Amino acid sequence: MSKSSEGQVDRRTFLSSSAASLLVPLQSTQAQERPVGVGNGQSVASNPALRVKALESLLIEKGMVDPATLDAIVESYESKIGPRNGAHVVARAWVDSEYKARLLTDATAAIAELGYGGSQGDHMMVLENTPTVHNLVVCTLCSCYPWPVLGLPPTWYKSPAYRARVVIDPRGVLREFGLDLPEDVEVRVWDSNAQTRYLVLPERPAGTEHLGEADLAALVSRDSMVGTAKVAAAAGGRS
Amino acid sequence: MNGIHDMGGMQDMGPVVRDPDEKPFHEPWEGRAWGLLRVMGSFRTKPVPNFRWELEIIPPADYLRMSYYERFIHNMVIWLRKDGLVTQPELDSGHADPGSRRYTPRLTPAMARAQLAQRAPAARDSVQLPARFHRGEQVRARNINPLGHTRLPRYVRGKLGTIVRVSGVFDLEDTDTEGLSLPGDKPQPVYMVRFGAQELWGEQAGRSDAVFIELWENYLERA
Repeated sequence: MSKSSEGQVDRRTFLSSSAASLLVPLQSTQAQERPVGVGNGQSVASNPALRVKALESLLIEKGMVDPATLDAIVESYESKIGPRNGAHVVARAWVDSEYKARLLTDATAAIAELGYGGSQGDHMMVLENTPTVHNLVVCTLCSCYPWPVLGLPPTWYKSPAYRARVVIDPRGVLREFGLDLPEDVEVRVWDSNAQTRYLVLPERPAGTEHLGEADLAALVSRDSMVGTAKVAAAAGGRS
Repeated sequence: MNGIHDMGGMQDMGPVVRDPDEKPFHEPWEGRAWGLLRVMGSFRTKPVPNFRWELEIIPPADYLRMSYYERFIHNMVIWLRKDGLVTQPELDSGHADPGSRRYTPRLTPAMARAQLAQRAPAARDSVQLPARFHRGEQVRARNINPLGHTRLPRYVRGKLGTIVRVSGVFDLEDTDTEGLSLPGDKPQPVYMVRFGAQELWGEQAGRSDAVFIELWENYLERA
């Protein structure tokens, strides 16, 4: 234990002194992800924007980083790896019962049929919502999330409030999202603590029988695939 | 470790706040930070501690105050220095030390795109291991409090659950207090276990509600 506590002290000392040298003592930029209810960012650390900029330029100078690679990564997450992929999977399952059966049996393979896979999507499980069962996904220990189908997680998913409460009070959290489930609906919370990543297959809304796959996909919101929302028949699927 | 990261069941974190028009990166620096993290990983010197463990040992007050991307950057600066990839004078000045080694980028844009789509299943399908527990069996999550990294959250320890699936064989992710794999870090069966909400939280919880969580065989004992 002595070794590790030394390491710990070392870290703390380091944080409060040397690492700070990359920081400029300005007000923090919009710290969008500040957890609510646990104090508001007195700044240990900062101006992350300046810190990251300084770090990037140092690592470029040392020859370790090609800025075009960073551009490629950012662009992939901004335009390619996101919840539209998951919506495609959901809409396909709604219109193709054989696909849906494959999706519920071997989700990873069925999702790969549509061209999606990779980091954080190697062990997928699809959870079907029904009139009597409502599934909801969390990662209490971290922020694990199925990137290939949903992209990077939204801030609320990573927030202490969601991670802490959704296992003990899922119905209360759902009410905050505007979803008040009747008592006789079974709520199943899935904690992504191990290697499996989850995608919720929401119920297809009534009155959408005339719609094709692409129109259906446009209705599917990100939140409905995490389980914090239902899909509405009228388009409102912004997030 | 019973750290701040293991927050399942806490009740004092306030409401869940949402931004209806949230973008993948709120500001450009978050995207750069995310990219740097992916690009710099390949330069790390072995042994590399468990990624999650490095986040988990951030002191609790800092952990709560920092955003997701701030935690990554904060840690990255620590390990860049610890692994000897950057020096303190470089961090101070923002410039490479005179006469220091010049590297070559290891990840090109094309490689980065390919890497994101690359499949790398963690399941150890080639390892044949008999599962000690079977579907439908009642089990108890062990009451253990390891000081390193573990995937057994506090809220299920000592609780009774039911095996609903044998998920496959996976390496145990637990580490020692340095974040390194435990000696003989063995693959073992992982089980999907259903814990009734009332077993976890008492009678105020919904009668038919449940939490599902995957647990390595080491975490379980017969009920």
